[in-house]
Amino acid sequence: MEYVIEMLNITKAFPGIIANDDITLQLRKGEIHALLGENGAGKSTLMSVLFGLYKPEKGIIKKEGNVVKINNPNDANDLGIGMVHQHFKLVHNFTVLQNIILGVETTKGGFLEMEEPRKKVLALSEQYGLKVDPDALIEDITVGMQQRVEILKMLYRDNEILIFDEPTAVLTPQEIEELMKIMRGLTEEGKSILFITHKLNEIKAVADRVTVLRKGKYVGTVEVCTTSKEEMSEMMVGRKVHFAVEKKASSSGVVTFEVKNLVVPSKRSSKKAVNNVSFDVRKGEIVCIAGIDGNGQSELVYALTGLGPVESGHIFLKGKEITKMSVRDRNVLSMSHIPEDRHKDGLVLDYTLSENLILKKYYTPQYQHNGFIRFNEVDAYAERLIKEFDIRTGEGAKTIVRSMSGGNQQKTIVAREVDYDPEILIAVQPTRGLDVGAIEYIHKQLVEQRDAGKAVLLISLELDEVMNVSDRILVIFEGEIVADLKPEETTIQELGLYMSGSKRKEVAI
Amino acid sequence: MKTVRDFILSDAFNKTAASVFAIVIGLVFGFIVLLVSNSSEAVHGFGIILNGGFSTGAKGMGQVLYFATPLILTGLSVGFAFKTGLFNIGAPGQFIMGAFTAVYIGVQWTFLPAPLHWIVALIAAALVGGLWALVPGILKAYMNVHEVISTIMMNYIGMYLANYLVKVSIYDFKKGLSMNVADSAVLPKGGLDYIFYNPLGTVKDMSTVNCGIYIAIAVAIIMYFVINKTTFGYELKACGFNQNASRYAGINAQLNVVLSMVIAGMLAGLGGGLLYLSGASGRHIKVVDVLAIEGFNGIPVALLGLSNPIGIIFAAIFISYITVGGNFLQTLNFVPEVIDIIIACIIYFSAFALYFRKLLPRLLKKERGDKE
Repeated sequence: MEYVIEMLNITKAFPGIIANDDITLQLRKGEIHALLGENGAGKSTLMSVLFGLYKPEKGIIKKEGNVVKINNPNDANDLGIGMVHQHFKLVHNFTVLQNIILGVETTKGGFLEMEEPRKKVLALSEQYGLKVDPDALIEDITVGMQQRVEILKMLYRDNEILIFDEPTAVLTPQEIEELMKIMRGLTEEGKSILFITHKLNEIKAVADRVTVLRKGKYVGTVEVCTTSKEEMSEMMVGRKVHFAVEKKASSSGVVTFEVKNLVVPSKRSSKKAVNNVSFDVRKGEIVCIAGIDGNGQSELVYALTGLGPVESGHIFLKGKEITKMSVRDRNVLSMSHIPEDRHKDGLVLDYTLSENLILKKYYTPQYQHNGFIRFNEVDAYAERLIKEFDIRTGEGAKTIVRSMSGGNQQKTIVAREVDYDPEILIAVQPTRGLDVGAIEYIHKQLVEQRDAGKAVLLISLELDEVMNVSDRILVIFEGEIVADLKPEETTIQELGLYMSGSKRKEVAI
Repeated sequence: MKTVRDFILSDAFNKTAASVFAIVIGLVFGFIVLLVSNSSEAVHGFGIILNGGFSTGAKGMGQVLYFATPLILTGLSVGFAFKTGLFNIGAPGQFIMGAFTAVYIGVQWTFLPAPLHWIVALIAAALVGGLWALVPGILKAYMNVHEVISTIMMNYIGMYLANYLVKVSIYDFKKGLSMNVADSAVLPKGGLDYIFYNPLGTVKDMSTVNCGIYIAIAVAIIMYFVINKTTFGYELKACGFNQNASRYAGINAQLNVVLSMVIAGMLAGLGGGLLYLSGASGRHIKVVDVLAIEGFNGIPVALLGLSNPIGIIFAAIFISYITVGGNFLQTLNFVPEVIDIIIACIIYFSAFALYFRKLLPRLLKKERGDKE
């Protein structure tokens, strides 16, 4: 079998850590090769080596059998290696076409020549089924479209080896479906794809072979069609992982949290972001709001937690109206919130771990005296949470949160919010961007909260999570609740129909 | 051996080393400028600069502390705002408004008895400085007007307003300066008159330094505790690092922005009061259309001190030391403008401390990695 790219026995060490330890990765021509591993397993380092950003201590890279030296990204580009980064590298106020040609512009006598590139882009988008409007501004098009622009950028540069770095993290289920189709189309045209992910479903759906890394070491390369999801995750995590969340039937009690006819204005249009939404969450129940991203979930959560405006309607917690209460008062009354964007809302990244853990408690008598923070108490508290929630860091409680891995940052938030011991826990995409080990852990925490008699409101885009964790599913579409379902009485397909607006039922609450 | 290495890699050492390193580079550059402008006297001149305040004995050192006093306060003003995520470019305006207020009260409110007179004048100076920062604070918090723009505007308003007010109320037309403040409004010497003087026959040639330096250092220490040890400082820093997360935590982020600006303004205003309440031999307000240099020098002081209140004390004394030394260069054959350029270069490079702070550990760690 012919290999288009081979990375043989790559070793790359950083002070104190061996990020890649004798790793071999062989990519066949025309295949989709998945690279699987937990956060911090060394996937990004390996790709950075391939892209010429790091020089390995040991090991060689071969292209079509010949040893090559890749010293910088330009070398990689010359060898036909292109990459779609997880966070797109696009200029927002440029058009699609301008972004594609950026860096490889055609000029005529010093002036930009746009006609030829336009023809080439249109031809490429025709050939690979990547429909885009070349004159649309990036800021006006959807995330899925932006990703297509990134793919077109690679194709425009005649790249043969395409690296996709967690491409589905930002997409809706429908867009993921679309992307898979595009990826298959690309390989049919002779391109080879390296697909970095930790979502096993997607590997099953689209990849031919998968190479698994764990803690910087090479675990193995296997055929996807003959390997089960369970086997792959065991390779990745090093132990058996339970996909199905183990939980007893819920024993829901009295209503803890109630929303009545809530309307939230939209920032962008005159249409309401949240329109006349009513629901309740009982003690000992996990209610999940499912929906495609951008259907009013963020605005709803901001309104519920006091971070955003409410136009009309009422919110009750423990029978008290909190619609006009400040964030602090809601928290004190017993509300926890695991926010959607952990960097924007959830953490002060430049604070230490212990300072972040007291973010909602620093003013309580336990942690301050006459306005002075009781650092001894704070550190003891942090040490306890670090142990209890297994937060892994370089320097313990004194670690600056910015230097921690995404999974441990999320654990920090979960630890803080769960330990706050709320009556209502609002968790927004709590497992976004995390690996299976961390996901399993967070799901377990949510269920434990439920079993401890708390009300849990989960907002999720992941259908597996919706089906596995929740006791009741509300589907949100264009700011309205269009279905109220029980997970055991519905299917992912049916959920998909509600989520895309092609089906709705009158919800009687 | 291990403890030495730990010490070298420790944060405190690293910060100090970065500032010292920045100073050294600034001095080297200053020497180059000296060489270019007058090579025959460059070495001698450089010696004078390094000698700083010592060139004129104990009195000179007193002057260093006297001019360091307002710099500590304006440095704290800029540094404190910076710690809370704000750029206070408005120290010159806050400083001069504070200065005018102190001098006005010092001249006019003679009905106040001695200690009360200067205390009231200082408090009023701080309040007016705070008022001058309140406007940009409110604009920033509630209307999202960038504080750099609004504080710069307030600088000019402050400067012209102070000039106008001095002229109509406390102007000494003969000298072209503000009037001397009443004796009861002059800051007491606080024992410093026993140290910082040069004997001149039977009389003492006194330095202008007074208890203002005590107040400045005390304020710096208080600010250190406020920023690092209190819930108030915790809130302000949280807002500086991440306003969204602060709102999420239930902190009133907008109010904290206003408070940060007002405190920064009060510090600068107090600095104005401390400099000008210093009797006949001290500074007087000149009615000229120039922004107060003490205000702008707060920026390099804060940078050199890495916004740490204790670091700012030393940074202010250093910059004052170099400036006083530079003034003595006139005894040699240097044009006054060149002296200003040299001092500016040294200060300019000193402000690179932040950059060296990032560079140094990288160099040190690299070396360590090679050895192991």
